[in-house]
Order: sequence, then C-alpha cells, then structure tokens
Amino acid sequence: MANLKTSEKKSKAQSMGMHTEVLTGRTQQKFFNPDEAENFYYFGTYDVDFNKRTDLDVKDMTAPEANKEIDNLMSQGYGTIVIKNPQGKHSLGVGILNKLNLIFEGSLGYFGMGSCDGPVVRINGRVGWSCAENLIAGKVVVEKNAGSCFGAAIRGGDLICKGSVGARTGIDMKGGTIIVGGDAGAFTGFMMQRGRIIILGDVGINLGDSMYDGTIFIGGKIGSYGSDAVDAKLTKSDQDWLKRKLKVAEIGENFDLNKMKKIVAGKKLWNYDNLEPTEKKGAI
Amino acid sequence: MCGIAGLIHRGKSSNVGSELQGMLQALKHRGEDSTGYALYGDTDGKNFIMRFKVGENVGEGSSSVMEDVSVYDERKKIVDQHLAEMGAKIVKEERVLPYSLRYEIDYNTKDLLEFSQKIESIPGVEILSMGKSLEVIKDLGNAKMVCDRYDLDKLVGTHAIGHARMATESGVDIKSAHPFWGYPFSDVSVVHNGQLTNYWNNRRALENKGMRFMSECDSELIAVYIAQKMREGASLEEGMKESLSGLDGVFTYFVATKDSLGMAKDTMAAKPLVLYESDDLVAMGSEEIAIRSVLPQEIDTYDPFDGEVKVWQI
Repeated sequence: MANLKTSEKKSKAQSMGMHTEVLTGRTQQKFFNPDEAENFYYFGTYDVDFNKRTDLDVKDMTAPEANKEIDNLMSQGYGTIVIKNPQGKHSLGVGILNKLNLIFEGSLGYFGMGSCDGPVVRINGRVGWSCAENLIAGKVVVEKNAGSCFGAAIRGGDLICKGSVGARTGIDMKGGTIIVGGDAGAFTGFMMQRGRIIILGDVGINLGDSMYDGTIFIGGKIGSYGSDAVDAKLTKSDQDWLKRKLKVAEIGENFDLNKMKKIVAGKKLWNYDNLEPTEKKGAI
Repeated sequence: MCGIAGLIHRGKSSNVGSELQGMLQALKHRGEDSTGYALYGDTDGKNFIMRFKVGENVGEGSSSVMEDVSVYDERKKIVDQHLAEMGAKIVKEERVLPYSLRYEIDYNTKDLLEFSQKIESIPGVEILSMGKSLEVIKDLGNAKMVCDRYDLDKLVGTHAIGHARMATESGVDIKSAHPFWGYPFSDVSVVHNGQLTNYWNNRRALENKGMRFMSECDSELIAVYIAQKMREGASLEEGMKESLSGLDGVFTYFVATKDSLGMAKDTMAAKPLVLYESDDLVAMGSEEIAIRSVLPQEIDTYDPFDGEVKVWQI
C-alpha cells in the first residue's frame, strides 16, 4: 500500500513537470561547525588603535592599490587613516570589514565605500553614484553632495549626506538609515524593503515607488508619490526617533519636525497571500 | 555605456581642444570604439567651416567596407564642382586624412538646407559640421588617438562638447559616431548618452518633414529633433524642454550652439551627469574624473536632477 502511495505521488509530480530524481554529489553549502576554527575567522579583521593615525596620499595610486594599502595599514594597527587626494577616483574604500576611522580629504567617484561592515567614514567632498552600496554596519558621512543610487541595497548602518543626492536614493535598501540634509531626486526609496530614509529637503517624482516596507520621512515638497507609497501618521515616537537620529548625525539642528511627512508602503502590491508559507518566508 | 563631456568658458577663450581631450580620455573606460569632438573655435566669423568626410575609416575594429582611395578623390572632385556651382568659394582647404577634409568657404547664405542636400547627394559624402565656429571631428579610437590624428590639442575656443562611444545599437564607424551636427543649422551640435526607444516613430515623422538622417544611431535623432524644433521657431532651451516628453527612453545629452551650451536629463535620471559651475567656467561629464582632468583641485560638484534642462551662454 505504501509503495502504491509513493508511486502515485511520483507520477503526479512528474505530470506537473517537477523533478523527482535524487541529487547526488558534494554540496556547495557550508555548514557551521563550532569545532572548526575557520568558522571563527573573519576576513579582514585586525586589531586597530584609533589613536594610531596616518596619512595616505592616493594621487598616483589606482583604486585597488589604494584599497590594498588601507588594508595593509589596518594590519599594522592603524585605526585612523586620512586619505589625501582621492580626486574623484572610483571604488575607493570598498570592502572594509573592520572597525576603522577613515577620513577622505576630497571627493570620491562611483561605488565609494561599497560593501563595508564597521568603519566610521567622513568624506570631506562629494561622492559619485552608489556610495556605500551594500553597507552592513558603520557610519558614512558625506559633507557635500552625492550622486544617484546613494545607499543602494544597504543592510544596516547610518549613511548621511549633508548636501543633496541624485535619483534612486535607498533603492532596494534592506535596513539601516539614510539621512539627507538637502534635496533628493526621483524614485527615492524605490523598491525599499526595510530601513528608514530621512530627507530634510524636497524629493522628485515617484517617491517610494513599489516599496515593500520601511519608512520614508520627507521634510520638503514631494514631486509625486510612486506606486503603492502612501502617507502615514507621524507619531510622537517617530518625532522622538527623528530628533535623536538627526542630533547624532549632526544635521538639521533647527529643523521643525512638525513639517515632516511620513510615507510607508500601502501594501496593495503585496501578493504574499497567494504564496505558500515557505515561499512567503523566502520572499520576505 | 558611452561617456560625454563638455565645458564652456564664460567671457574668455581657452585651449578647449586640449581640455576636452583630457576630459574624454578620463572617460575612455566608458567606450573607445570612437571619439568625437565638437569644438567652437575663435574665428573671425566671416567664412563657413565645413568638416566633411568622403569615406570611412576602415582600420581595425571598423564595421565599414574597404574602398579604394581613388574613390575618395573622385568624391572630393564632385564636392568641389558642387561648391563652385552654388557660388561657394573655397578659401582654405585641408585634407587631414584621405577620407576627412576641412574647408573654409566664402558663401553667403542663411539657409544651409539646400546647400547640404546638394553636397550630401554625392554617395559616400557626409557633412560632419557646418558653421562659422563649430568644427566636428570624429573618428575611431579613444580621445588621445583622435586628438593626435587631427592635431586638436592646440585649438583655442570658448566651448566644446565631446563623446567617448561604446557602439551598441549601430556600427563602429564615423557616421554613427557622436557628436552629430544639428543639420541644417549652422553651429549646432549634439552628444548623447543613453537609449531612445521611440527612435523609429520620431524618425519617420521628421523625415516626412524633410529632415535627413545619415546613420541608424538613435542619438542622431536628438540633433534632428532639436533642429526641427528650432526650425519651427523654438529657442534652444524650449526645444530641449520639449524633448523631455517628445523623446522616450533614458538619456543625458548636451547641445551646443555658437554662443551657448545646454544639458538635458530624462525624467527618470537614469544616465549619469556631474556638473561644476562657477562664474567663468561650466564643466560637466558622465563622471567626476572627467572634470578633475581640468580642475584637479577640490571643487563643489553636483548631479542635476531628473527632467532638468540648463543652458549657459559664453
């Protein structure tokens, strides 16, 4: 009887075009084993001393050379590094998975400070597209303006721009906080999934288009709302959080928080109710 | 991908050939199939400068068909005949390369349509630019290669726009390279970074109005579109603003005229542009490193927003 049942299931699965063969071979998945030392090694982690400070002039270096040198300095225990003459070069400061106090004396090009976890960074200039993309933790402060895709897909940390930013700020962000002192372009918060965006100035068209979740706070005018972005009530708790966050970010000291508008996902685009529970979990 | 760059000096002239070469060379990673310059030089404004080609560069990487050099000579002779028939006197003649020529022409007309149609009726001949200060120079290779080939680094003028091209939608040849002349308007040129999705609809409509297309490069549409708007009486800025809704797709483009330089960005801001603006200089490019080649010191730059149009005068 049991065999018959199995056989019926198999044929039904096959008729639906599903695979039933047993996969063999070695899995690529790595499982955690507390007995293996390698599970506790975190690539790029160094013991650094914030009081140990040095300068690095990258004027005649390529981005990979500069990034390797930053890594080398961290391995020597330097906890504060000042980068001179970045001159708009792309991909500077990417992949730092360490506590570090990093200061750029100038502007960065594309992908500056991408995929970082832990450093505290101050950029005394402007940044190009995709600044701090995939930031996991840490703090990045930009003193001037920033290009498009500012804070794309960040998971955590604080990303602050004291000037204005381009389009698609916080696109696909999954956590963390983005704070902008000036204006922001079109599609701010496009497809954001979690986290918070604070824009003290105006924003362009299609704000929060197709956002899944998360919260956007806008202090100025809104060009237009994106699909499924809706207003929500600004609570006392929101105001308290904004006040604290802006203070920590050293931005918008005199900003009237009563002017702030709160935008969230209307969740009309959500299709999760049609999914199986396991699929729902994966989608979220 | 492609990269664009432009600069305008306000109230003075500078070595714009060399400056633009530096800006475009900084963007060569965005494409080096071809590079083009639209330079607005200091001239006395008496004669027209006509840059034209009688054939294609068939060097390495070219998608053009090889032709015998004698064909170029034949075409040049016919051009000379046509000019004489129209009463245009060649004041100075330079044959920079076998397929590329520069004429200074004494010719008194305001309407270049008939003139251009006659010259371009010769198969294989294309006017790259026509104007009293504009010179469009474009060829295969990166900015430095083209600059060296045409000896552009000594050219003095007020403003310039240029393009480093990665060929995606049309061939690797001079006819598809930017900048495009705003045919048949004197001293109008265009460079573009992006893709236009309503190219054929617009092209058919403009061809029905008598406008000409030399390539199948979607960017050429912008030059023709703006030219047509100006032909209908719009100012440069008005034409550019109309293009935001008239052109569909993603784009950042520059238009230059004898005394102005403009930029336009589509409503989705999908293509990059970084801008530096001061009282005496405006410099802009797809990436900040282009601006850094002329202004290495720390400066304030910004990204124009979606749907923005700006025009500056010399």
